[in-house]
Amino acid sequence: MSTSVLFDVPGPRARLRNNIITLVSAVVVLGVAYLLISGLADKGQLQGRLWEPFLRADVWTGMIIPGLVATLKAAALSAVLALVFGVVFGLGRLSDHAWIRRPAGAVVEFFRAIPLLLLIFFAQAGPATLSGYTVGVPAFAAVVIGLTLYNGSVLAEVFRAGVLAVPRGQSEAGYSLGLSKSGVMRLILLPQATTAMMPAIISQMVVLLKDTALGWVIAYEELLNFGLKQIPANFGNLIPSAIVISVVYIGINMALAHLATVLERRSRRSRGPAAPAGLAGPTAPAGPPSAESAGISVVADSARVE
Amino acid sequence: MRLRQFGAALLSAATLVGGLAACGSSGPSSALAKAKDEKKLTIGVKYDQPGMGLKKPDGTVEGFDVDVAKYIAKELGVPESGITWKEARSANRETFLAQGQVDLIVATYSITEARKPKVTFAGPFYLAHQDTLVRADDTSITSLDSLKGKRICQVTGSNSWKNIAEGTNKESKKVDVTLVPAGAYDECITKLKGNALDAVTTDDMILAGYAKREGSALKVTGAPFTDEKYGVGLKKGDKETCEAVNKAITKMYQDGTIKQLFEKHFSGTGLNFTATGAPPAEGCS
Amino acid sequence: MESLLDFGPLVQEFATILAGFWSTIRLTVMSAVLALVLGTVLVAMRVSPTPVLRSVGTFYVNILRNTPLTLVLLLCALGLSDTLQLTLSRDPGINYYWWAIAGLSAYTAAFVCEALRAGINTVPVGQAEAARAIGLTFTQSLRLIVLPQAFRSVIAPLGSILIALTKNTTIVIVAGYIEASAVMKQMFDDYGGTLPIFLGFAAGYMVLTLPTGFFFGWLARRLAVVR
Repeated sequence: MSTSVLFDVPGPRARLRNNIITLVSAVVVLGVAYLLISGLADKGQLQGRLWEPFLRADVWTGMIIPGLVATLKAAALSAVLALVFGVVFGLGRLSDHAWIRRPAGAVVEFFRAIPLLLLIFFAQAGPATLSGYTVGVPAFAAVVIGLTLYNGSVLAEVFRAGVLAVPRGQSEAGYSLGLSKSGVMRLILLPQATTAMMPAIISQMVVLLKDTALGWVIAYEELLNFGLKQIPANFGNLIPSAIVISVVYIGINMALAHLATVLERRSRRSRGPAAPAGLAGPTAPAGPPSAESAGISVVADSARVE
Repeated sequence: MRLRQFGAALLSAATLVGGLAACGSSGPSSALAKAKDEKKLTIGVKYDQPGMGLKKPDGTVEGFDVDVAKYIAKELGVPESGITWKEARSANRETFLAQGQVDLIVATYSITEARKPKVTFAGPFYLAHQDTLVRADDTSITSLDSLKGKRICQVTGSNSWKNIAEGTNKESKKVDVTLVPAGAYDECITKLKGNALDAVTTDDMILAGYAKREGSALKVTGAPFTDEKYGVGLKKGDKETCEAVNKAITKMYQDGTIKQLFEKHFSGTGLNFTATGAPPAEGCS
Repeated sequence: MESLLDFGPLVQEFATILAGFWSTIRLTVMSAVLALVLGTVLVAMRVSPTPVLRSVGTFYVNILRNTPLTLVLLLCALGLSDTLQLTLSRDPGINYYWWAIAGLSAYTAAFVCEALRAGINTVPVGQAEAARAIGLTFTQSLRLIVLPQAFRSVIAPLGSILIALTKNTTIVIVAGYIEASAVMKQMFDDYGGTLPIFLGFAAGYMVLTLPTGFFFGWLARRLAVVR
């Protein structure tokens, strides 16, 4: 990074100053780390008794791994359904017919505007009340429905932006070959849009995976539920368990995010010379970069915080 | 051709969603009928309550409530292998019963007037008492009165804190306490050990379970101030099952099983089995 | 069946609902301000000449961005506040309120940092080179040349971060603080999960999020850097 354009190659004084800053910040970082660890040790949170369960095979096979599987199962099913939802409603919003375009737009805007937790609560409690308590929604289904509706709406906007960002010449060429409207969409626009939007789609998947954690609020037995309820109930180690579970989540999400970066690099390579890295070095996949130029208010995906 | 495949994929996805929404709907009308016909029951127990209902790493559940549930199921004609365990939390017990997601609930479930309109209760099968758990070195809390000005744990969906703050206890005494919200009793224990609150107060059996797990750091004060009638929760109006469960409870007291189960889970915690017979049944409604 | 379309509960509990949404707004505004400050500091660290600061910034962003918010909030409330006894107020209610804000802003700051970094990348290299050529130091060029342009180009993403933050405040339900979604949960338990209650709360959130979206869209167009 010594070639960054934001600062000159350091001279003797700058080097000295850098070294001092390095020293000071290292001391601060180590100090904070020391305070955290000694604080935890002080409160008896570092006792072997509390951490030993994570070395036992049955805790992993009986709790953490089943929890992880449940998390991934909910995430995978919701991801597939959300993609379908996204394609249907994203293209619906691009329809030439107002009677398709308007309702599709309303549905997407509605589910994008309300918190996921509200959707999950209602997905669980709503059908039961509406049917006079004859239909029960299992926690798994409530989580999947909530995740599908919310992430599907976000993906709908991603697909729409992707389709609009394909150069107009592409669809014009398609029409001049005699393709129908749906032919142009299916054979020309959608494949290009999907490739271009792949990084954005994957980072939405990271969001989706993290959001499965909300399942524990309605007692879906996923990773967080095991980590914060069942393991601490057995061993009385809430804090150590929460830390271990965080590490598992971070590992999986970083792997997914890495996949997004790799895919982005590949798609960039296949389209020609790599864009020069900007002032701040390569950023994580930043979503539909061309959304703005297409005149839509879809925003960079690094911005999705849920 | 490819369009048709795409359409088929969409259709199957739609069916899947429809299927998800439909599953979980209740079958036979009463839990008893289901027990007799299918030899199966879904029972809601706590998964995170040491001593009462706790899921172990090997997937089995154990605890006083769990053993009582097994006994009742056996009396209804369902073997242990026919029981599907499901996690019941304080906040979702009524919903689970109303939606038919569980057939019966044995999960530290006290019979209260407030719950009766939503739930049919069989039992009670045990009379517990609300007590207080404090740090072992804390000598300032000895009774209900001494909780005045202390920080106690307020668990969402549980009634225990109301008994103190709103005076619904034996002595009808409203005690002025500071409430500290928490999502579950395990969070309370973490807060108690970390000095973020002074006392966790709920049913003595629950507290004894925690005291046993935590060793010498915490103690139960042994000054009970409510009667908690532990019942078996059933879907509202399921009188048939209720009568059958009541019979099973009477038998459990007659053959001494209840004392055995109690001692299996709570011996050595300072909690003693004092009941001489089954607590008077509340009547099914 | 008529009870299923009963908007009565919404009227009866109107004061509670308003109080819930007021908590949501307070949480959102406080966390947004703190997240913006912290995010700007983080992005300055990530492009700074000091390697240690850069790696600390990167580490922070990677950890916070990949942990579910639920866990972040729980670790704040149960870990930092209860176990390590870093209390922010003697009153438990106020203490958990501030820890909820701390957790929300720590989490959101990672996203603000990434958005700003993407914004810095849109600033033409020539701008930074010109800044160096006229003798500005790193802090000066960041403060006077690069960041102002970066901010203007990421108004829209920052707006959607704010919207996401508004919706994310629902999750403080796990940290023991009561806001709008907790009120809805309680009403579902009391009155059943009826459509009117759900629609009422959905409308409440839409009142908060939709205008925010329009406002930031307008602001982004107004402040866009013409290149």
